[in-house]
Amino acid sequence: MASRTITLTVDGVSYTDDVEPRLLLVQYLREVLGKTGTLVGCDTTNCGACTVLVDGESIKSCTMLAVEADGHEVTTIEGLATDGQLHPLQKAFNECHALQCGFCTSGMIMQSVSLLAENSRPTDQEVREGLEGNLCRCTGYQNIVAAVQQAAGEGAAR
Amino acid sequence: MIPSAFDYEAPATVAEALTLLADDSREVKVLAGGQSLLPVLKLRMADPELVVSLQQIDELRGVRMEDQTLVIGAMTRHADVAREPLIGAHAPLLARAAAEIADPQVRHRGTIGGAVVHADPASDMPATLCALEAQMQVVGPSGQRTVPAAEFFEDFFTTVVEEDELLTAIRVPSYDDWGIGYEKFTRVAQQWPIVSVAAMVRLEGGSIAEARVALGNMDTVPVRAAGVEAALSGAAPTQEAVAAACASAAEGTNPTEDLNGDATYRRHLATVLARRAVLAAVADAGA
Repeated sequence: MASRTITLTVDGVSYTDDVEPRLLLVQYLREVLGKTGTLVGCDTTNCGACTVLVDGESIKSCTMLAVEADGHEVTTIEGLATDGQLHPLQKAFNECHALQCGFCTSGMIMQSVSLLAENSRPTDQEVREGLEGNLCRCTGYQNIVAAVQQAAGEGAAR
Repeated sequence: MIPSAFDYEAPATVAEALTLLADDSREVKVLAGGQSLLPVLKLRMADPELVVSLQQIDELRGVRMEDQTLVIGAMTRHADVAREPLIGAHAPLLARAAAEIADPQVRHRGTIGGAVVHADPASDMPATLCALEAQMQVVGPSGQRTVPAAEFFEDFFTTVVEEDELLTAIRVPSYDDWGIGYEKFTRVAQQWPIVSVAAMVRLEGGSIAEARVALGNMDTVPVRAAGVEAALSGAAPTQEAVAAACASAAEGTNPTEDLNGDATYRRHLATVLARRAVLAAVADAGA
């Protein structure tokens, strides 16, 4: 089966690679680019641990082929901080203790970025519905909602 | 989980895509948003030799009005169906149901055309499009044809779209004066509905003039609750009248049995959700 050449931007850097069409985007990010900040949880489109942004909108990178990202802009958790300064959502997750084991955290934060881009001042209910595709098995949702609201209050959506 | 190896093409036009689909020498799968196909490929429930992505075909994307009909490109994403003002104004039931599909990440990737051609009986779109009496535009080597939603779904995961054909657009009439309700029951947040009900009513002179009620996951294909619709026609828009009409919602259905519930449970859910959806539609219509 023929490989395909893809050119895409990941966390602000342009990459061109030959990939097998069956390579998942999450495998490309982790195994080809070494960006292991994006995790594989369920690998079945349920848990949201692999959430990244494509052209600014959240998707589950276990459910997209790397070839489908050709020509697009991907943002992972590793591209959020600028000049060593944590993104407001990263800072809020830290300050609000919005994690226990941390496995869901990069996906939770990336989905929260997408949520606040669409709705800069959500209600608690809207935050919960916005995170319905992200599972935390330590049952930390309460503090996750608090962290998203703290970041929203600080204008994280800008 | 890693899919079997396949070749990949991303044509830029419908004509090029149809040429690729006409290749009888290889097993071909069409990739729309991939939110159902990728899990299938990863589980190796399918192992096509060629995957044809429709992502690069601009003519399959977007929403426009043609006379009094909404024309929705098959590759329009659920997130865009949910927030497109034209759909919100003329077919709010469709916007509402699209906003309830799976979760935000899936709605950013999944498409209306992909969802209906996949034809999962538990999917939100098929029953909704049946309630809306949508027309499905299909194109193939012998030209274009238009199929009513009621005839489009043939069986479990099976539609009238042949292997060398594509669904290109979905045409939805305007329902400007109708109230809407959409109810579904799930065990966990982003799950497929165990049962779903799409309802619309139009009021006239203080009573229900017309009603549309369609059930999802009550058979291998979506079902119109014709008995409920007939009972609602001319009925008073009251709790009692709606509950009485919706008591027969499960009549003639043939729901599957699985870990989420047996047939008796699903029939009960259908009557409860139909009542809630119709009452919501009545309230939305301003009664």
